Amino acid sequence: MTAPAHLDLSQVGISFTRSGQTTEVLRDVNLKLAKGEFVSIIGHSGCGKSTVLNIVAGLLKASTGAVLLDGKEVSAPGPERAVVFQNHSLLPWLTVRENVALAVDKVLAKRKSRAERAAWVAHNLALVNMTHAADKRPNEISGGMKQRVGIARALAMEPTVLLMDEPFGALDALTRAHLQDQLMEIQMRLRNTVIMITHDVDEAVLLSDRIVMMTNGPSATIGEILPVPLARPRRRLDLVEDQTYVHCRAEVLEFLYARHAKPALAA
Amino acid sequence: MASGTVSLGTAGRDAAAARARRLPRVTGRGLKAAAARVIPPLVVLAAFLLFWEIACARPTAGLPPPSRVLSEAWPIIADPFFDNGGTDKGLFWHIFASLQRVALGFFLAVVVGVLLGTLVGQSDWAMRGLDPIFQVLRTIPPLAWLPLSLAAFRDGQPSAIFVIFITSIWPIIINTAVGIRNIPQDYRNVAAVIRLNPLEFFWKIMLPSAAPYIFTGLRIGVGLSWLAIVAAEMLIGGVGIGFFIWDAWNSSHISEIIVALVYVGVIGFILDRLVAALGALVTRGTSAA
Repeated sequence: MTAPAHLDLSQVGISFTRSGQTTEVLRDVNLKLAKGEFVSIIGHSGCGKSTVLNIVAGLLKASTGAVLLDGKEVSAPGPERAVVFQNHSLLPWLTVRENVALAVDKVLAKRKSRAERAAWVAHNLALVNMTHAADKRPNEISGGMKQRVGIARALAMEPTVLLMDEPFGALDALTRAHLQDQLMEIQMRLRNTVIMITHDVDEAVLLSDRIVMMTNGPSATIGEILPVPLARPRRRLDLVEDQTYVHCRAEVLEFLYARHAKPALAA
Repeated sequence: MASGTVSLGTAGRDAAAARARRLPRVTGRGLKAAAARVIPPLVVLAAFLLFWEIACARPTAGLPPPSRVLSEAWPIIADPFFDNGGTDKGLFWHIFASLQRVALGFFLAVVVGVLLGTLVGQSDWAMRGLDPIFQVLRTIPPLAWLPLSLAAFRDGQPSAIFVIFITSIWPIIINTAVGIRNIPQDYRNVAAVIRLNPLEFFWKIMLPSAAPYIFTGLRIGVGLSWLAIVAAEMLIGGVGIGFFIWDAWNSSHISEIIVALVYVGVIGFILDRLVAALGALVTRGTSAA
């Protein structure tokens, strides 16, 4: 890569100190993303993959190294790096529409008029097929719907990079597949740069341009980066017997369960 | 429901059916449930009044029986709105004066208490600095503040309001602080990503998120302030239900005291339910999170 990367993580490391004991969680994480690229980070639980995402989001501060977005260092959270949280994080006292509007009204206050913002909220809810439940509160809709609203809220901020922290982890398999298809469709249209944390091998292969595989912690780092050279649009059913798909899947499984099996599981 | 009506056309019957569907509570089962709730307290109340009547039936008894309370205090029960100037007013005016003091003192306590509670809940330093002081101050009985506030304000009215304020503020501070501490990290992350400023964070995240806790504090606070106002008014005089009770005691109108106590109890109950209802309304989304 000769041109400077769109999103650049260089030598990122982080240590936490608790009651005098310092634990190094991440070390020497180097990753460059091109614009519009979809990268997933996969690894065993506890390997610090969510920590990587939180550093990019600015919610955690790296102890060493830096994250550059379009050449500028990331130091605090911001809407240009919108996050889809693992547990949706919708505010329960606001309706679906108000949850998205809270973000839109704050982030786009200077760029759009009041009417434009209302239309933009509606547009994003339509994008994730949630228009019918716009006036419901989060506790009145299903887990899959909440996650869709979470995605709509993040997309509505017009982010440069979309960060997704195990967005479908808490959902049942059917709902998850449905949302993955929806996400791919949205991604085809918007061409966002995406980092997605996942522990689901099929999800990683299906959605990603590249899969970042992390070693186990402490001092976790990137073990291997696997490109997924599958043409888009991808269709779940066509891929089941696709040679490239099967090969990528095998590579990830091999990495996770043979070379970097969890110590506790390997024993 | 339609059985009582004599001759309804088809349209009429449809309308009746529609009405029945719209009012699902007016059914045999609904009435039965309501009766099950209302009858036991009525029975217990009747038994209590009967016991009281018998126990105080002797002419030498220290307290009047309910029948005599009713006959002796009938003028003040029948006309709560008279106003003969000075402190010679109907019960309504006394209660109204007390409620005004409570409203003002409690309102100040809510504003200051929520702000202080937010500070204590948000900042570890403020928590360590202020919490021990609060823990000591909140154990001081309300009336113990009265001489001090009389010395400071040199007037009964602001002193009484200050006593209400200082009595009801502690549960509000403490509950608000707990509510703020319990704001999920997720909500803070959302606020950080969309870059809410501190003021927006306070109004849009902190208050609604902590509202269930805050309203618990408000409910305890309003109960305490009603307890305190009656006692404070006995000492400061002027118009007020506490003064009315003390005045009745000085004039040996025991029946009037009993009537006033019933009013005090009922008003306190209503205040508690009002705050609870307001809390339920405001937090209808949050508490079910």
